[in-house]
Amino acid sequence: MSNGNTKAKEPFVRIVKRDGTTMGRKIYVRAAAILLALIIDAVFIFSVTGLNPLAVYGVMFNGTFMNSVRFSWALRDLVTLLCIGIALAPAFKMRFWNIGAEGQVLMGGLATALVMVKFGQSMSTPLLFLTMFVTSVAAGALWGFIPAFFKAHWNTNETLFTLMMNYIATSIVACMTNIMRGKATSLGKLNMSTQAGWFPQFMGQRYNINILVVAVLTIVMFLYLKYSKQGYEITVVGESENTARYAGINVKRVAIRTMLISGAICGLAGFLIVAGKDQTISTTSAGGQGFTAIIVAWLAKFNTFYMALISFLLVFLSRGAAEIASAYSLNDFAASIIEGIILFCILGSEFFINYKMIFRGHKEVQ
Amino acid sequence: MKKSMKKFVSLLLAAVMVVSVFAFNTVVFADADPDFKIGVILIGDETEGYSTAHINGIKEAAKELGIDEGNIIWKYKVPEDSTAYDSAIDLVGQGCQLVISNSYGHQTYMVQAAMDYPDTTFVSMTGDFAAISGCPNFKNAFTGIYESRYVSGVVAGLKLKELMESGTLTAETQPESFDKDGNVKVGYVGAFSYAEVVSGYTAFFLGIRSVVPNTVMEVKYTNSWFDIDKEGAAAEALIANGAVIIGQHADSTGAPAATQKLLDSGKICYSVGYNIDMLETAPTAALTSATNNWAAYYKHAFETVMNGGELEADWAKGYSEDAVGITPFGESCAEGTAEYIADVEAKLKDGTLHVFDTSTFTVGGEEVTTAPCDLSFMDFTTNPPTAVYEGETVEAIKDGYFAESEFRSAPYFTLRIDGITEDEEAVE
Repeated sequence: MSNGNTKAKEPFVRIVKRDGTTMGRKIYVRAAAILLALIIDAVFIFSVTGLNPLAVYGVMFNGTFMNSVRFSWALRDLVTLLCIGIALAPAFKMRFWNIGAEGQVLMGGLATALVMVKFGQSMSTPLLFLTMFVTSVAAGALWGFIPAFFKAHWNTNETLFTLMMNYIATSIVACMTNIMRGKATSLGKLNMSTQAGWFPQFMGQRYNINILVVAVLTIVMFLYLKYSKQGYEITVVGESENTARYAGINVKRVAIRTMLISGAICGLAGFLIVAGKDQTISTTSAGGQGFTAIIVAWLAKFNTFYMALISFLLVFLSRGAAEIASAYSLNDFAASIIEGIILFCILGSEFFINYKMIFRGHKEVQ
Repeated sequence: MKKSMKKFVSLLLAAVMVVSVFAFNTVVFADADPDFKIGVILIGDETEGYSTAHINGIKEAAKELGIDEGNIIWKYKVPEDSTAYDSAIDLVGQGCQLVISNSYGHQTYMVQAAMDYPDTTFVSMTGDFAAISGCPNFKNAFTGIYESRYVSGVVAGLKLKELMESGTLTAETQPESFDKDGNVKVGYVGAFSYAEVVSGYTAFFLGIRSVVPNTVMEVKYTNSWFDIDKEGAAAEALIANGAVIIGQHADSTGAPAATQKLLDSGKICYSVGYNIDMLETAPTAALTSATNNWAAYYKHAFETVMNGGELEADWAKGYSEDAVGITPFGESCAEGTAEYIADVEAKLKDGTLHVFDTSTFTVGGEEVTTAPCDLSFMDFTTNPPTAVYEGETVEAIKDGYFAESEFRSAPYFTLRIDGITEDEEAVE
């Protein structure tokens, strides 16, 4: 027996899950992450462009805060992203990987656009808005329902399924916009002459209605997930399907119901984008926000108020990046790198919130 | 004493020189109002050819007028949605007196911004409803690119003539290049079947036919403004059908590259490009390219607005203002091309030559005597289409030619003339 020397060599570093991280620590780790990101960015900015990093950060800040108009646009972009995030929250909380928000938003937007075009002249304004609302929500819900139904009955892979549904939606939108534009070179704003189906100005801006709707939705979704029976069912199914079944929860029904809600809110987001923001539809109407919203929902652990904060951060970063590109005539790849580094550090900081590293000799790294 | 006097005089002279240099400089730069700011909304950035041409034109115009580059605010990669409106408003907020957008689809957002801010001038390049929008501070501009396409067609025609006269290209050496009536075949890679493209390929064809009358042309669409693969495939298909010259109205180097490849493999085929010099891509196949010189308009626009003037609702100039041109001739161009072209350009410049002279083409076998053009801006989403802005229907034929871009800057020539066939199926 030659294992006299059995004491295993201690690894250089061990990773241990933390339980119950305090609020103070969370804030401290995140602040450190942002600081680190800013330092890395400063090095990048200076070495690549030779510009003063502080001036560049100032410009970045201006992207959102230079004047009240810009701030109001940032709010508008924030609520669009937040609305999709809110839509994804119940699905992801249930561990149903809905990668299809992009398509669900597009279908909602397309439904809105088609109603605007077909009934813009013939319907009274309240009826028109009601029809736009109902069809967009229905279209989004349908796009969420299909993968959920297949998952519930034949256990298809919902990640692939929802992803593929995006491509189908994009193609349908491309096809419909081509038909709608007729002999014109591009579709342009819908109902230019009548403005039928455009949100009315509300407190000076059309998109103030978007902000209001999403603000209400934020509260409702928070309450739904936290205090309603259905919200509880979602949590249980997400934690363990077997437990849910044991507790008498109809998992299939919950899955389909939740995806209907998720898709419906995405459809609503499409409605807000088309009627309240762009007044047109194109394959880029959702603009990748269906994917960005996953980060929003996930980082905020499905708390809709945190989601508002994360959305704000993302909007702030992207507006700042665009402003840097504009102010310094840099192409926006440089600005995207700056944005990417900040996001990377913030996402990375989650690791240090959830885990601790123990180095050889039991020195814990805080 | 004398020495110090000399020193004094030389110092004085030097001082005078310094002052005069300064004075001269101030004279040059006094033209540019330091508070004059220009906002630019671009569909792309400098990595994309169409926007690059605009960026260069704007920079050149600003330089000529002594406008500091710091007074130009750029918005890159602005899509054709509410972002265009936001950008326009934002540029007004940053103090721009002139806001320019470079993509057609920006215009419905630009006109909205123009209505919100009547003191600022908004120009939607390539747009088509400024004159009828009823919005006095909203403008459109285009170039008479059809003129340079015509000239590039003449270059191609001269090459064709040389090939046939030298016996290089005959019904024996390349039989597929002649139809049953003995006409020689050329081809054209078009993006979409819009008026802009129809006007362009017709001008190109008429240019060739002014040298080689018995020519026929086949047009293949790609349904995309920029697609290297599709444009290459279209060029290959056209050459396989016998086309000897490949013209293009699409933004990539796909067609010249494909033509060069086939030329190298022994086919008789040459390329005429668009926007940029194609000689790097196709050193022996490229003859020339038709180009826009956006600086001509930008200089005019900056100068006018800076001095408090009013821009015209529509601006479209060609050779008369040097707003269009062709790139340097490739080595394969026919002998004597330069002199011949200089003459054609001079005639276009002084207005003695009209590209769409009705005596040079027929439609359905007849000479065209009337071509009513409705200038209304239509909404095709409704059934039947309704006019967003009502425009008058003008008679485009005057004094024996089709007056392209005279009633509106954006092209409206959509006649399908004899000798040109459009393929129904776009290239896949």
